[in-house]
Amino acid sequence: MNAIIISAVWGIVMMFSGIVTEKGSVMRNMAVLGLVLLFVGNCLELTGHHFFSINVHGMLYFDTFGILANSVIFGATLIYLLLSGSEVARIAAKMPVAECFALIFFVLCGVSLVTTFNTLLMLFLGIEIISIPLYILTGSDKRNLKSNEASLKYFLMGAFSTGVMLLGIALLYGASQTGTFELDDLGIGKAPLSPLYIAGILLLLVSMGFKVSAAPFHFWTPDVYDGAPTVFTSFMATIVKAGIFIGFIRLFDEGFGEDKVKWQLFVAIITVTTLFIGNITAVFQQSVKRMLAYSSIAQAGFMLLALLGLNGIAKDGILLYAAAYSLATIGIFAILIRMKDYTFEGFNGLAKHHPLLAATCTIFLLSLAGIPATAGFFAKYYMLSAVLSTGHFLWVVIFAVLCAAVSVYYYFRVIQAMYFKDGDAQVIEAGAGFKGLLVFVAVVILLLGLFPNLLLDKLTSLAYTW
Amino acid sequence: MIPVLLISVPLVGGLIGFFIKNIQSGRAWSLFVSLVVLAISLWGLGLPKGSPMLAHDCAWLPDLGSRFALGLDGMGQILCLLTALSFPIIFIATWGDTYRGRAWNFYALMLLSQAGLMGVFLAMDALVFYFFWELALIPVYFLSSIWGGEKRIQATFKFFVYTFLGSLLMLVAIIILYSHTPDHSFSLASFYKLKNVIPGGEQLWLFWLFFIAFAIKMPIWPFHTWQPDAYEQSPTAVTMVLSGVMVKMGLFGVIRWLAPVLPVGFWAWGDTASALCIIGMIYASLVAIRQDDLKRLIAYSSIAHVGLMCLAIFATDNIGMQGVMIQMFSHGINIIGMWIVVDLIERQLGTRKISELGGLAQKAPVLAILLVIVALANVALPLTNAFVGEFLLFTGVFVSKATQYNVVFTVVAAVTIILSAVYTLNMIQRVFFGDTNALTVKARDLRMNEKMVLVVIVLIIVIVGVYPKPVLDLTKETVEMLVTKMNYKP
Repeated sequence: MNAIIISAVWGIVMMFSGIVTEKGSVMRNMAVLGLVLLFVGNCLELTGHHFFSINVHGMLYFDTFGILANSVIFGATLIYLLLSGSEVARIAAKMPVAECFALIFFVLCGVSLVTTFNTLLMLFLGIEIISIPLYILTGSDKRNLKSNEASLKYFLMGAFSTGVMLLGIALLYGASQTGTFELDDLGIGKAPLSPLYIAGILLLLVSMGFKVSAAPFHFWTPDVYDGAPTVFTSFMATIVKAGIFIGFIRLFDEGFGEDKVKWQLFVAIITVTTLFIGNITAVFQQSVKRMLAYSSIAQAGFMLLALLGLNGIAKDGILLYAAAYSLATIGIFAILIRMKDYTFEGFNGLAKHHPLLAATCTIFLLSLAGIPATAGFFAKYYMLSAVLSTGHFLWVVIFAVLCAAVSVYYYFRVIQAMYFKDGDAQVIEAGAGFKGLLVFVAVVILLLGLFPNLLLDKLTSLAYTW
Repeated sequence: MIPVLLISVPLVGGLIGFFIKNIQSGRAWSLFVSLVVLAISLWGLGLPKGSPMLAHDCAWLPDLGSRFALGLDGMGQILCLLTALSFPIIFIATWGDTYRGRAWNFYALMLLSQAGLMGVFLAMDALVFYFFWELALIPVYFLSSIWGGEKRIQATFKFFVYTFLGSLLMLVAIIILYSHTPDHSFSLASFYKLKNVIPGGEQLWLFWLFFIAFAIKMPIWPFHTWQPDAYEQSPTAVTMVLSGVMVKMGLFGVIRWLAPVLPVGFWAWGDTASALCIIGMIYASLVAIRQDDLKRLIAYSSIAHVGLMCLAIFATDNIGMQGVMIQMFSHGINIIGMWIVVDLIERQLGTRKISELGGLAQKAPVLAILLVIVALANVALPLTNAFVGEFLLFTGVFVSKATQYNVVFTVVAAVTIILSAVYTLNMIQRVFFGDTNALTVKARDLRMNEKMVLVVIVLIIVIVGVYPKPVLDLTKETVEMLVTKMNYKP
């Protein structure tokens, strides 16, 4: 509850602070302060400190998993704002400055609804609260035609998928004998599953698949990610995607977990398609930004494996995956924003002129590729392990592994450009704080890669001991 | 204690090496570190078997059932000795090579790859093994891609993707085996207990998940296509690491992690895998005869030699397995000797083309003598170390009870000995004898450091060739234990 209220209130405060000042740096510092509050407030909830006691009538359910997920997401957002906050302020100068930051907080409010929902209505509300600010952020580069196109495209496609989701929710409501939106009651007493129920699940699968850009519902992703200002692409591809994924798992685990044999085959097909399309298309990209868009589809494919596992390992794994993927991708985007040229050639010779940027970027890329001693390895390990421990879907695992080998191709192209090719990569000079933070993120990734239980154990045990 | 030192000394030494921003000191530092590693390895060799100094075990990931367990048995000893011995030799032999750009990073990365290799040979836990298996690859990838030949980026990338794909399949297999262990553990001991737990049918396909990873690393035909390109394009010091030490990772993996864990799958696919080995041996030998580039010639000859070792593993026989142990060591030493000569020739004359060379023996008599000894070891002539190894290998294959085609395998494999004599002697003849030409007339003889390492190599070749008993004694127990576990009678 802490997270929802703090993020909503701080969003409003940020919005109205525009009356007092228009300075980007002040806004940025305020946003960072708000995020620290949000992060700390959320962690305190994990240890049993509830600031607000509101009766939510079972609409929300604050379990450790959801709150832990919130912590991971807020932590990633904090790092994101510290690394790229000034860039947000620069883009935002074209809009009333305060609003961009306010919208980010509203998105976070939506994310905390999605991670803790207990009825389908709350899920719908959360998804909408996430989506609408994102439509605006995508189009925030107002004079840029590509940004406008991306925004419109995202809005039309997003609105359509919301419609599909509503239809699914309506069908499930009709199929439930008592007429309920509550997750726990949805699947009970459905010995012979009614067609209505199955159709409802599939529609929800499609609409959630759309939101996490799973193939074949991914067509909006490359254009939107490419067209949106790069800072917001970074935000959408990591924090938002991770948040929706947590909701996705929650919905299918707690809502329909008992009937998983009925729908897991569909998830398996979606997973395989996502992995295939994401990885193969990423290979052919010439722009690093677009490559990262496809890579985010490919990584979503890996995260979908958690839906096939649907056990404790999968839940631990998705948290670790969210952290590993978000940190690495935020880091790469932060470097990308400072590049003059977004193509692979633009990275040529970066190692020679900016060894520190190149070294940290390499660690991020190795993590995304899943090389041991980086967080990405254990993220992938948990996903594979979650599915293998169920004893089914070995073919999906083998396919995923083959795709992971393909992914090395496009991640290593950046490394090749940085280290093995000659050129003079143009970079906007970065301050010592920025570099220090990049090194910090890289160290966190390496630490999680050697001791993943730092994240999983410590946080959960903290939750139990208090 | 010793295993931890063997990994941490080169690891820390390598990390420090990045900050020594001076080429001369960086080179001297890495030689010093590698000599320390050699000393530690010899110290370990002197300790009695089963000494607590030779093992290390501490908690790593308790939730996953993985412990940071390391150990040195006979097989580990000999491979760690090879790793520890080859790095100083490589550093001294390539002392005069110059590397462009920040060359101190070259030496630091070399030390990191040594740490990775040590980890592979020492791991007693499957997850630790996998970790090091991958980590050994990363420094080598950077070394070859930054300081390699003209087509280095494509060649090393092919090599990287090949091995990465193989190791991911292995990871899947490791997770499946782990899910079968009753105590949810990655330890080698738990994996060895699995052979009766996993049904034969499952072992049949699990075998391939492992074997593809190892076959790519060795390499076994048809998974070998990365190898000649990678050897040719890598800087010679890295090629020495790749061919001298890294290919042993594949053989080692089969012996320690595949055959005793999945004996049914190992037995069932034995003939198929042996056939692949033999096809590879013949094929590589024939291709080697036609090569004009010295590096490619040695690369193909290495495929043939490794194929024979792999064949002997599948023969599952005590004698053959002893042969594998001693030959893993000998092959590493001999091939490094060959590379040193190639490196000398290339550095002096700027070419590796056999057709452009000739008459070097007149200009460099000491080099010629030393090379002929190394080359004869490559052909496995008696009194050389490779003779001991190959003799045991062939005997093992011949008396093997694991296959009914043992005679056929032996005869066909023996043909490659003749072929290896053809390409090796042909190479010596065309490079060292005959008339000098405009290019080779400028050649000079060995410098002190080069002479030193080649003499050391020749000494090892002759000593092990004449008196192999200490080496054989070292691995005897391990081999007997492994062969009992590997044996499967339907």
